[in-house]
Amino acid sequence: MAKLKPPVSSQDHIQGNPRSPVVLVEYGDFQCPHCGAAYPIVKQIQKKFKSQLAFIFRHFPLSEAHPYAQIAAVAAEAASNQGQFWEMHDLIYENQESLSLETLILLAQSLKLDMKVFQKDMKNPRLLEKVEADFESGVVSGVNGTPSFYINGAKFNGSYDYESLSEAIDYFISQHAVNKG
Amino acid sequence: MKNIKMIFMLGTNIAAPGFVLNATPDQKFSLSELKGKNVILAFYPADWSPVCGDQMSLYNEMHRYFGKYNAEILGISVDGKWCHAAFREARNLHFTLLADFEPKGEVAKKYGVYNDKEGRSERALFVLDDEGIIRWSYLSPVGINPGADGILDALEMITQKNSHGQIKTSG
Repeated sequence: MAKLKPPVSSQDHIQGNPRSPVVLVEYGDFQCPHCGAAYPIVKQIQKKFKSQLAFIFRHFPLSEAHPYAQIAAVAAEAASNQGQFWEMHDLIYENQESLSLETLILLAQSLKLDMKVFQKDMKNPRLLEKVEADFESGVVSGVNGTPSFYINGAKFNGSYDYESLSEAIDYFISQHAVNKG
Repeated sequence: MKNIKMIFMLGTNIAAPGFVLNATPDQKFSLSELKGKNVILAFYPADWSPVCGDQMSLYNEMHRYFGKYNAEILGISVDGKWCHAAFREARNLHFTLLADFEPKGEVAKKYGVYNDKEGRSERALFVLDDEGIIRWSYLSPVGINPGADGILDALEMITQKNSHGQIKTSG
């Protein structure tokens, strides 16, 4: 139980090399305040570990609790279709408190996305399916709340503050070095 | 000698004890109403404690997935019917919460998941097949949200077993 299913693949949104010693996966909800709190921490972690770390984001919108979580996820996928998933991901978290449909459109405009295509993509059922597939993979992987993190495929049950995450990643890097050496 | 009470949680392959509890302030609900459906019983300690909230919010999103397995989820705690009504409204919950309120914890006791000392149910999951037999159960550490992966695995197992015998199409 609590293993990442399916494993990271080219279907995922990845920052860094998926063959890095440490692969960190987050299941996140764009309207979840805890995910909002984790956002700058993940940035710090990425800064610290650089090329030793790959970061993957999968959608886990709790739509009943957070009315804009799902549409925000679809907006990120729509931005992804124009090559700007991570830019949109970052902007949404940076503007989480004012999240609304209007905000998502303003964010898309500020990324200079082709708005016609973006608006059309927002209604594309295939993007929603992608979001739902992420959600389903989270459920079978044992996601029990957001954010949920997986390090090298195993659920990380520690707290997601900078020290705890950093320590866990250090451990995996040292293991990687042992296995290689 | 002190009488030490142990909790013996019901195991698997045993018929799930029936019950009738309030589902809303003016509606009773009997487990037997769900004959022919797989059932998830989610015992949880209390309505408003933060971990439970997350657990119930997660199950609230799972309707479609449970539906795929012809399964329905019931939340059960010792909270009263009015408490459940307020909790459901506050969290926008779409599934039934049952009040194991009077006699307090009677159903939890039947399933062996009542905590006498704390006066509440443990955090425990039971998955029943469409004939009301317990096929999977799980006692979670009280502070930890058990997620839904175990439930889905159990439903998958039940569905596969059924399709080995005669084909039963779900939902």
